[in-house]
Amino acid sequence: MTDATAVTGASAEARRPFVSLLAQDDHTKRRNAAEARFKAYGLGAVIIGLFFLVVLFVSIIANGLPAFTRMVVQLDFTLTQEQFDDAESKLLKTGAYQAYFVEGFDKALSERGVEVEYDAAALDRLIGKVGSIMRDFYLANPDKLGEEVVFDLPTSSRVDGYFNGRLKREDVSDSRFLQVTDLDLADELHEAGIIKSDFNWTFITGTDSGVDNPGGAGIGASVIGSFFMMVVVLVLSLPIGVAASIYLEEFAPKNWFTDLIEVNISNLAAVPSIVFGILGLAVFIQFAGLPQSAPLVGGLVLTLMTLPTIIISTRASLKAVPPSIRDAALGVGASKMQSVFHHVLPLAMPGILTGTIIGLAQALGETAPLLLIGMVGFVARGYPDNFLTGFTEANSAMPAQIYTWAARADASFYEKAWGGIIVLLLFLMTMNIIAIILRRRFERRW
Amino acid sequence: MAEMSHTMTAFDEDMKFLAHKIAEMGGLAERMVENSIRALVKSDIPLAQKVITDDLLLDEAQATLDEKVVLIIAQRQPVASDLREVFSTIRIAGDLERVGDLAKNIAKRVVAISERGHSVALVRGIDHLGDLALAQLKEVLDAFGSRSVTRINMVRDRDDEIDAMYTSLFRELLTYMMEDPRNITTCTHLLFCAKNIERIGDHATNVAESVYYIVTGEHLSAYRPKEDKTHRIVVEQSDD
Amino acid sequence: MKTMQTEAAEARLGATMNAAKETKISARNVQVYYGDTHALRDVDVDLESRTVTAFIGPSGCGKSTFLRCLNRMNDTIDVARVEGEIKIDGEDIYDKQVDPVQLRAKVGMVFQKPNPFPKSIYDNIAYGPRIHGLARSKGDLDEIVERALRRGAIWEEVKDRLNAPGTGLSGGQQQRLCIARAVATEPEVLLMDEPCSALDPIATAKVEELIDELRENYTIVIVTHSMQQAARVSQRTAMFHLGELVEFGDTKTIFTNPSEKRTQDYITGRFG
Repeated sequence: MTDATAVTGASAEARRPFVSLLAQDDHTKRRNAAEARFKAYGLGAVIIGLFFLVVLFVSIIANGLPAFTRMVVQLDFTLTQEQFDDAESKLLKTGAYQAYFVEGFDKALSERGVEVEYDAAALDRLIGKVGSIMRDFYLANPDKLGEEVVFDLPTSSRVDGYFNGRLKREDVSDSRFLQVTDLDLADELHEAGIIKSDFNWTFITGTDSGVDNPGGAGIGASVIGSFFMMVVVLVLSLPIGVAASIYLEEFAPKNWFTDLIEVNISNLAAVPSIVFGILGLAVFIQFAGLPQSAPLVGGLVLTLMTLPTIIISTRASLKAVPPSIRDAALGVGASKMQSVFHHVLPLAMPGILTGTIIGLAQALGETAPLLLIGMVGFVARGYPDNFLTGFTEANSAMPAQIYTWAARADASFYEKAWGGIIVLLLFLMTMNIIAIILRRRFERRW
Repeated sequence: MAEMSHTMTAFDEDMKFLAHKIAEMGGLAERMVENSIRALVKSDIPLAQKVITDDLLLDEAQATLDEKVVLIIAQRQPVASDLREVFSTIRIAGDLERVGDLAKNIAKRVVAISERGHSVALVRGIDHLGDLALAQLKEVLDAFGSRSVTRINMVRDRDDEIDAMYTSLFRELLTYMMEDPRNITTCTHLLFCAKNIERIGDHATNVAESVYYIVTGEHLSAYRPKEDKTHRIVVEQSDD
Repeated sequence: MKTMQTEAAEARLGATMNAAKETKISARNVQVYYGDTHALRDVDVDLESRTVTAFIGPSGCGKSTFLRCLNRMNDTIDVARVEGEIKIDGEDIYDKQVDPVQLRAKVGMVFQKPNPFPKSIYDNIAYGPRIHGLARSKGDLDEIVERALRRGAIWEEVKDRLNAPGTGLSGGQQQRLCIARAVATEPEVLLMDEPCSALDPIATAKVEELIDELRENYTIVIVTHSMQQAARVSQRTAMFHLGELVEFGDTKTIFTNPSEKRTQDYITGRFG
């Protein structure tokens, strides 16, 4: 039997023609070609992805960077105690300050040898009424009276737009906001070094302004709002999510009830965020009576949204811990809980953190549910008084703020929206870096 | 024996080789014994020479078998029935080789005996003893071939018969020597031949025991009335 | 007359030796189900103390299942159900009052794949004693760790790097570390589930030597796929096939003259 097969095997070997390994046959060539094609597709996909990413970043940065700078009229100005007292005694106090400012402006022009004709109205259109700004400053800093103070007075959004190219001279038609001659004045002042470019701190630290004042709009309050929401989300969703996952993965009996829970968690992850918004409105605000527009409510809604993500990723990383570790722990007589908390959880920690960060990042970028619970952009009009009220005082969040700006008519708000996106991305990046650092610390060599 | 084959067929081949080799050695040993006795009876010196050269073949076969056994132990690490078979194969091969040596020894004596000539009466007993031993050998080799233990006890019983016959032959030869001292040389040689044949019977019994061990995994009970009783025979010089 | 006296003396000696090796684990009519599958049926066996018992049999024959019954590791599998009676030192380990965690401290286990915790060598050993509160001070713990590592025949190799991660050791060292870890909680029974299947021959030999040494103090049950290993390290062998205990007896008998044809066929390589 064996002999017989050996014989046929040998003859089959003898019959087979010699095939050189140095030349590829057709089949091999086709196979290699298919492989090369597939690699090319893959590379193509990566390149296309990279291309879009570059386009996205370039356009964000190109559109958003101007939001971080502004044109200011820089003026050295001295107000004496007498002038201050005089102005404060007047009925129209800001008007008096305005008059002092014009005086100082004239002096600055002549000091620099600039000779231009302008009227007070043109100055108003250029930088607005600045009397109130000056009064507020001296009321807050009476010790500065009599000293020389450098004022950076932001130009109006149209002039700002003219300098950064958003507004073309040809497009300007005389109106009560801007006249063509104002642009000549602005150019002259720019040449004289009185109008110059400056980093726009207001954008970083400021609050939302009215629709007619894009120059004063800042994202600072919304950043604070987002921060408080993230605190709420993290504090609630991480422990709840991890505890739920551990119970479901390690302790829960496998029956129809836990199966049902499992299916529902997966489904929750796919529920549109606006549904959570409605839910938050109905439950947290209308039923539970929590304050409207508060980061606390926003955080609660986003917690609901984030929980499924965290539970799913935590369960996946718990599952990924090799069962041999559980066996080892149980084998030396650890209880179920000891084996989970001493061995399984630490090993699953990097995965849990990743899931949490992804969930938080999602929550951070979420807009729709916030609009429903009233965290729209324009409520971000001030900073909270202290840490605790930060949770309950009306505020907005970055994406809602960006959405609000993008919806406004004035083109300079559009620029602010792009700038807001840059801040949002920086915020995200910071969170990711923290996550990576934490993961490094928890990760153990296997 | 209807046994399942090994998952590794080469192992089966190895075991078959061993059995085949034992059968070959057995056949050879059997023929050598037969020929040596015939040569003795008929004073056939060329036949005796053939037996002497045949022994080389037997030795060679045993060497081949030993080599294979070592290889099998190294490669297959046999256990249970395989282990018993391999182990017993070594022992059986040793026994058969000894049988061959004994036959050769008889053949060598043929030359010495035939020079002096001998009476038919003297060798008749030897011939008969040889027949019995041969039958034994044949029986155990068949038992090995068929892995059957049914006739093993019979073989042992018959070994007693051989021993008894050898004892009587011993007495007979002693008597001849006392009768006529010129017979002493021939009779001494014949005595050794008889002893050799008796030893062949013992080896046949050993093979039977090995076969029994292969098949049952147990050793035959140690006590058995073997041994020739010639060591107790004392010759008294009669005065008459 | 004299021989009769010696025989009687031998009989007495044998009796005392039998007394020294009393039954440690006794299983009666054990059935295991995995859902609807009847994985193990009608197992009756008595395992002696201070003896290495080997479980052999083809894959899926129930030997590991039975092993895991002995320290109730099957409890961790939801669908597994164990019936019958398993007694250790006369106590039914499936009694409602028995806490499996306490049981597992008494019945240690070593697994197929070396599975040290991803912690230091010291912490690997110290973990069990810590959770069972065996050490009253740091000094106590150090002593326990050293003793366990010595018993695990790995002390000399790791004494200078107790803080190095246990996962950084070689496979054989890891397995001996795991044995040391199992020994550290002072168990009475050691279960080993194919402890050498992932090891090279030298490491295997070291582990086998260790098992032979441990026999003096522990009741050892080892599941193995290697006939030679079973023959080398065990005194008693149990052969499982298709969820049944086919044969149980002295290793030397099993490997020279098994009484069951299925055992014979399995160990000589005729099926499985």
